Amino acid sequence: MAMTTQSVIQVQGLEKSYKELKVLRGVDFDVRRGTIFALLGSNGAGKTTVVRILSTLLRADAGTATVNGFDVATQPDKVRESFSLTGQFAAVDEILSGRENLVLVAKLRHLDEPGKIADELLARFSLTEAGGRRVATYSGGMRRRLDIAMSLIGNPPVIFLDEPTTGLDPQARIEVWNSVKELAEHGTTVLLTTQYLDEAEKLADRIAILHQGHIIVNGTLAELKQLLPPAKVEYVEKQPTLEDVFLTLVGTDK
Amino acid sequence: MATHLFGDTAVLTGRSLRHITRSPDTIITTALMPIAMMLLFVYVFGGAIDTGSASYVNYLLPGILLITIASGVAYTAFRLFTDLQSGIFERFQSLPIARSGVLWGHVLTSLVANLISLVIVVGVALLMGFRTGAGVAAWLAVAGILVLFTLAVTWLAVVAGLSAKSVDGASAFSYPLIFLPFLSSAFVPTETMPGPVRAFAENQPVTSIVNTIRALFAEQPVGSDIWIALAWCVGLLLAAYAFAVALYRRKIS
Ligand SMILES: Nc1ncnc2c1ncn2[C@@H]1O[C@H](COP(=O)(O)OP(=O)(O)OP(=O)(O)O)[C@@H](O)[C@H]1O
Ligand SMILES: [Mg+2]
Repeated sequence: MAMTTQSVIQVQGLEKSYKELKVLRGVDFDVRRGTIFALLGSNGAGKTTVVRILSTLLRADAGTATVNGFDVATQPDKVRESFSLTGQFAAVDEILSGRENLVLVAKLRHLDEPGKIADELLARFSLTEAGGRRVATYSGGMRRRLDIAMSLIGNPPVIFLDEPTTGLDPQARIEVWNSVKELAEHGTTVLLTTQYLDEAEKLADRIAILHQGHIIVNGTLAELKQLLPPAKVEYVEKQPTLEDVFLTLVGTDK
Repeated sequence: MATHLFGDTAVLTGRSLRHITRSPDTIITTALMPIAMMLLFVYVFGGAIDTGSASYVNYLLPGILLITIASGVAYTAFRLFTDLQSGIFERFQSLPIARSGVLWGHVLTSLVANLISLVIVVGVALLMGFRTGAGVAAWLAVAGILVLFTLAVTWLAVVAGLSAKSVDGASAFSYPLIFLPFLSSAFVPTETMPGPVRAFAENQPVTSIVNTIRALFAEQPVGSDIWIALAWCVGLLLAAYAFAVALYRRKIS
């Protein structure tokens, strides 16, 4: 039981179809408290579908999922108090300023001193100068940083990040990575999806690969690397990167 | 969650009111089209229309007010549709808020925006010679009917905004609403219309609402029209509200 009480996210037998398209065919994984879990998968593998189910935006056809001990299907209100979501596409209000966006979320999370919270986050994400400007004038990277900042409001115990660094320049990516690491160090549990294998390699404590509706592997980076035949290691005369592992496992069906 | 409904609705209403103050042109545009119609009908066609009342602008204003509301709520559908497209809607859904607050924020914003447009249109009508001796009670009755009508068509706008597939689709629902007053007693007395048109005109909601407001402004008895008008407004409001809420539930579950 010690193991399960440590699990902040538990997913069992999750299934989801869109009409006749079976996207998830029985997905299982657990995420331990204070760790970073990376969900990898090709385009259309169903990563966003998993995140949407966990964030109570979509109902699963079968299976169960709990977040912070609450069932997403039967206790969605409790679940929504436990996590925050940074979706695949920036969800910001273009007409408001960056600061007003942060204040809005802080108010909707019923926190005291929304203005102070907003100013702190603006500073943390190097947006102080742009804070008073309408978001419509922001670059893609600034928008993404604001989006992530909005998700950190209220320090929820669980954070879902759906492709958080897509479209960011290398420096902004590193900023986001540092924020994510910092969150995990402070005990926040992070589930992130990504297409960038180096991102998973650098950040994640555990990595799972979602492929054709199932989790085909789930382990630490070291464990995943052992899945490749040693012959390959000798042939390329270097440690396989996660990319090698990924492409071997996912195969050539694309 | 219900404990947060009022607070969350207030915050979300504040947000979309801010959208309006950032683009006040939406209010101006809303008021401009009915004002242009009013000018056209009073100064161009008006001379040829015999309504039996002394002042055509007095006769015309109630219908113009309904057209103002019908064109104003198109922006509500547009704003809701934009929220759905931009992903901010999903962010709201993922927050621990009273979920119906998201719709109520748009509805209350619509009410405020339309009231401002209506005040502008009435102001222009006064400049054009609109006069009424209506007292406070009659004005309140007019305001009450206009608020009810606004709420009813706003919930229709919510249905349109939630179900639209494109920006144009979101506001297209308002075209028939804008057109409806033309087939009513708003511009010409229904007695002048040919049989089937007249039958339609006399039994659609706009005629009873227009007649009621006109009678209130002219300090004349409203007769049974007011009850028919209220029945239409409340019936439409309840039907649109129920439909919108059902649609919303399906969307977010
Ligand atoms: N609302 C929907 N209706 C129909 N099909 C959908 C819907 N949402 C997703 N799909 C389909 O389900 C599959 C999985 O989509 P999903 O967005 O979960 O993938 P993903 O792993 O996040 O992909 P990406 O890396 O491109 O973001 C895709 O084939 C997609 O086309
Ligand atoms: Mg995705």
